[in-house]
Amino acid sequence: MRILDFLLRTRGRQRLDWTDYLSYGYLLLGLFTLFAPVVWLIMSSFKTEAALAQFPPSFLPYAQSTVTVTGFDKPLPLFEVTLEDGRRQTLAQVNRVGIMATMVDPQSPDERLRVNIAQRKPVESVAFAWSNYTDLFQKFTFGTYLWNSVFITVVATLLTLLINSMAAFGLSKYRFSGQRGVLLLILSTLMIPPTIILVPMFLVINEIGLLNSLWGVILPAIATPTGVFLLRQYMLTIPDELLEAARMDHASEWRIYWRIVLPLSAPALAVLAIFSVMWRWNDFLLPLIVLSRNEQFTLQLALNAFQGELNTQWHYLLAMTVITLLPVTIVFAFLQRHITTGIAGAGVK
Amino acid sequence: MSTLELRALRKSFGTTDVIHGVDLHVADGEFVVFVGPSGCGKSTLLRLIAGLDSPTEGDILMDGQSVNAIGAADRGCAMVFQSYALYPHMTVYDNMAFGLQNAGEPADAIDAKVKAAAAQLRLDALLQRRPTQLSGGQRQRVAIGRAIVRHPKIFLFDEPLSNLDAELRVSMRSELRELHRRLQATLIYVTHDQVEAMTLADKIVVLRAGRIEQIGTPEQLYQKPCNPFVAGFIGSPRMNLLPATVMARAPALARLVPPAAALVGVRPEHWHWCADTEGLRLRIQSSEYLGGERLVRGLLDDDSLVELRTTVERAYGMGEVSYIATTPQHLHLFDAHDHRLESPKP
Repeated sequence: MRILDFLLRTRGRQRLDWTDYLSYGYLLLGLFTLFAPVVWLIMSSFKTEAALAQFPPSFLPYAQSTVTVTGFDKPLPLFEVTLEDGRRQTLAQVNRVGIMATMVDPQSPDERLRVNIAQRKPVESVAFAWSNYTDLFQKFTFGTYLWNSVFITVVATLLTLLINSMAAFGLSKYRFSGQRGVLLLILSTLMIPPTIILVPMFLVINEIGLLNSLWGVILPAIATPTGVFLLRQYMLTIPDELLEAARMDHASEWRIYWRIVLPLSAPALAVLAIFSVMWRWNDFLLPLIVLSRNEQFTLQLALNAFQGELNTQWHYLLAMTVITLLPVTIVFAFLQRHITTGIAGAGVK
Repeated sequence: MSTLELRALRKSFGTTDVIHGVDLHVADGEFVVFVGPSGCGKSTLLRLIAGLDSPTEGDILMDGQSVNAIGAADRGCAMVFQSYALYPHMTVYDNMAFGLQNAGEPADAIDAKVKAAAAQLRLDALLQRRPTQLSGGQRQRVAIGRAIVRHPKIFLFDEPLSNLDAELRVSMRSELRELHRRLQATLIYVTHDQVEAMTLADKIVVLRAGRIEQIGTPEQLYQKPCNPFVAGFIGSPRMNLLPATVMARAPALARLVPPAAALVGVRPEHWHWCADTEGLRLRIQSSEYLGGERLVRGLLDDDSLVELRTTVERAYGMGEVSYIATTPQHLHLFDAHDHRLESPKP
């Protein structure tokens, strides 16, 4: 109920203020422009191949109804036919030659009717083609792609959090000569576009024998300047007295990091985790150069592979795209509170 | 429990000298208070003892062993911070258990010690709360609890009562005193409040600008301050420090002041009213009624300000003229080099 109250808040107490119309109109417009493509994608992913090719396109996934008629092995498509005497009848199509179709009445399977195709309309009903999704797992090694993507995302995110927070801890809580220099050096890597280091990175990965290994995708990017900076800025706000109290409590520096600084940086870690999941899950270029064998493809590479030169299986591609969107959406839904507080707290300072 | 010794301790931050050679001996089980105005280096001195900062020069000895090379984590001291510095993400129990866990003690021993300390400090009911759910006084007790569970060699308190309201401060003061009596531990306490220092300490160390001005029991500091700074710092309201020449105006008092004295100090409570031939003429400026006593401010003939505490029977109007005198044993005399001169025999 509280959510509803929140959503239906107005400025006007008794009746709607003009600003209410304006803001709700603006919000609805925004909602529509942002969500319409996603909703369209999801609806389309449930359409059969034939329905996707239909013009004009329909919003809901329709499929032609079929009926099993005795004497025929396969189910026959149903049509609504306008007969010569003006009667309308639902008939099944046996075959079609040119503009003439041979039809049969499901009630009396022995009788054949010849109908001009202009006289009939397919009987359609809303039908979700779940097979788009199930086929992915049965026909293709989609499970492998999914696993590869999940493995890379999870492991890389955990390592990113660990490595970046250790660097940030060192840069925020210890004083040593060259501290500013190190920070500037880390930040300056932000200025180098990733495409420039792509070839050298490929060569390095090749040299250390990580080509065609998932670790070759995970390891090169676990240290991120954004992450180090974000966490450092946040850790600067943790009072030094807490660390000193821990030191007086006989804690080693590692324990101070692990038991005090890391838990207290949770909001910033959540932000970085979301970023890292998005980066890794959506990453295309690095996996493309490192992974060349089909069984190591990530989802993004598989999506790319689905787009053939001559023929694209759109219904599978769309279903796969929907699955690809899910994890990031879920991560956002659960951690969004941290994102806003975290970005406001750590990013702007 | 242990002894502490500081030998020619110096500390500078960059080119700024903060501690200029401090020598101090603290006996086992002693309650020592570092007191001084803000910026006098008392907190720095405490941090040096704790090991959170390292001295530029000099030695710190605990039980006769130098601990200069030992880090804060291994010195075996426990500290209560001004801001309490409780770990905000841990419960009261975990806050108190953290130090024991770091020392690698078994879980059941930790449990017993934490429970015992909690019982001592009346924290039993709060063990599962987080610091944000506690009042200032409760946080204070948790901070103390965190220190006592580990049975440290030396307790260090850095202005622990300054964040509490006046009433709580008074009750915590007696609790601390009681705690020290029970633990019999060596305790070093930093404060800028001379009342706290007087009420708590076995031994007070008065600091100014990184130097020790005087070390002594509260009685010694009050009765025989060794220089005008200590004389003015200890005692409330402050001691009246007057040029020795002022006394010349009252022959009865002038007799008591030797020619070497440059400064004469008399505490507000040690003045008494007298006949006009015997004392100093005082033009009364203000008179404050404090319930049990009256605080009178006035100017002497040379316009130096004098405060005195007196009884409440009579009100004093502004501009009224009266005469004041003091007894020889209450006269503090200092020479031109700020050294104390022994009071004359009556």
